[in-house]
Amino acid sequence: MLIIKLAFRNIIHSGLRTWLNVLVLSFAFVLIILIEGLYDGMSEQVKDAEIDSHVGGGQFWQKEYDPYDSFSLERSHSEIPAELKQEIERGNASAVFIVSASIFPRNLIQSVSLKGIDPDQKIVNLPVSILKKEIDTNVIPGIIGSRMAKSTGLQTGDYVSARWRNINGTFDAGDIKIVKVIDINLPSVDKGQIWIPLEKLRNMVQAPGQATVITLKKNIDRIPAVSRNWIFKDYNYLLKDLNDNINRKRLYSNFVFSLLLGMALLAVFDTQVLSIFRRRKEIGTLMALGMTRWSIIGLFTLEGCLLGILAFIAGTVYGYPILAYLAKVGLVLPRMIERSQFAILLTLYPKYGLRLYLITGMILCMSVIVVSFLPTRTITNLKPTDALKGKLS
Amino acid sequence: MNDFPIIKVNNLIKDYAMVKQSFRALNGVNISLNIGEFCGLVGPSGSGKTTLLNIIGALDNPTDGDAIVMDKSVNALSHKEAAKMRTESIGFIFQTYNLLPVYSVFENVEFPLLLLKINKREREEAVMRALEWVGLTGKANSRPSQLSGGESQRVAVARAMVKLPKIVLADEPTANLDAANSHNILKTMQNLNHELKTTFIFATHDEKVIGYLRRKIVLSDGKVVDDVNIH
Repeated sequence: MLIIKLAFRNIIHSGLRTWLNVLVLSFAFVLIILIEGLYDGMSEQVKDAEIDSHVGGGQFWQKEYDPYDSFSLERSHSEIPAELKQEIERGNASAVFIVSASIFPRNLIQSVSLKGIDPDQKIVNLPVSILKKEIDTNVIPGIIGSRMAKSTGLQTGDYVSARWRNINGTFDAGDIKIVKVIDINLPSVDKGQIWIPLEKLRNMVQAPGQATVITLKKNIDRIPAVSRNWIFKDYNYLLKDLNDNINRKRLYSNFVFSLLLGMALLAVFDTQVLSIFRRRKEIGTLMALGMTRWSIIGLFTLEGCLLGILAFIAGTVYGYPILAYLAKVGLVLPRMIERSQFAILLTLYPKYGLRLYLITGMILCMSVIVVSFLPTRTITNLKPTDALKGKLS
Repeated sequence: MNDFPIIKVNNLIKDYAMVKQSFRALNGVNISLNIGEFCGLVGPSGSGKTTLLNIIGALDNPTDGDAIVMDKSVNALSHKEAAKMRTESIGFIFQTYNLLPVYSVFENVEFPLLLLKINKREREEAVMRALEWVGLTGKANSRPSQLSGGESQRVAVARAMVKLPKIVLADEPTANLDAANSHNILKTMQNLNHELKTTFIFATHDEKVIGYLRRKIVLSDGKVVDDVNIH
């Protein structure tokens, strides 16, 4: 109890030295929470966007379908089974028919996937209803994402020649009119893809009733049982790449976390070393007055620990409004981040929970205790007579 | 003065390790001090005064021989026991006052009582009494940096006396003070010695201090060369 009282007195009476340390530590504390919150928020946003616009409530894949093998597309389609047809009719699923094709923008050849989707579908959050405009004409309307637009130079209203094989392997060609460039910034529905009306694509390849992927509605009650030709892919499978990517980014976030914490702890360590050096005579006096070495070590360690606690409180007091504000309005990211392989929305909303706050606070306090204790161990070797003279033994 | 010995030093030797050879600071010192003595260890610099004082105060250990302080051999004390003895029975006064800079005068004087775990009310009474002895009740809330040298040393005396120790060890207590402050401090200590029967031991070569002593133990090259009672 005594050393708590003494440590508190020392901390309060130390004035500027204390508050500078508290400022550095609390700043690191708030920054760590913000950065971790940004990663958590980004991960959640990206996953939500992926589910909303692509994955839905899970997908049935035609058994031959392999998204990493464009040659498999020729054989990875078949009739939609009755069970899934029922779900589509009930509005619980939507079919996607994928065909490999080549387009010729700016007189260059580029491989793409033509993705047929029902313009009336409500399963994934893609603005495909605009495709209805041209559905009864001879025009093949297409939607592309902003990345695709950038890589091909195509804009709304442009025509691009496309060549594909029909179901019998015969080449066919036509012009696709870009009716919309969507600013979705989600590679899984953007890169190398042109979305066109499902029936139009089926007609183009002479494959009525065919599909490659059936996307289920989000939060669907029951996954329909389907024949062996169609394989259900759940979130674990469909989001695996994304999760792996997030985990890789998490490593970077942990590095930043350690760096910030390390810098703040270095300040505390330095202060403690300096403090012991500067207060040798005081240590000697405390020994002469009857304090044991371990009480003095406890006192100095506790002073460091109090810095951590004060930083935790100060960080909460000024950090909470800042963090809450940022969580509300989000953080607008520079445009260049679009180039990342990661699907990042342009405004990130950091997400922090009580767990993040408490764990960060705990790590901060524990680390401060350790770095406060380390330099104080020299006190055990300090002879009272030397300390009184201001010498280090 | 009580004739019962409170400190007995037997054939005390203290060597300090130097780069090539050791330096003998105390060389077979034998003294006996009784309760209530007002005594000085006198001698030039390097004669071993402070070393002897530190050993008596259990701040240092002898190389050989023994110092029995209040029936306890300093040699046999663990760190913890030595600290306990200092807390309970010994008050220190240093040449450079050694006040804790971040504490007020009141808190500095209160500190030994905190170590003794005395309750708040008793602490406050004892601190105010000690400050009254040294005439500093009006400076209770001042910081050491706001005090003069004489005032600082009076605070150090109050801090040493507040717990009513059996022994006060004062190492060159007047070395940094002018004549008037030195006499003031010495008079205060003399009064406390009379009133409380506390044993005072000074390490000094200051003539002003020597004038107040009732016993003078002269050290030279680590040996006692003279031990006289002054009436």
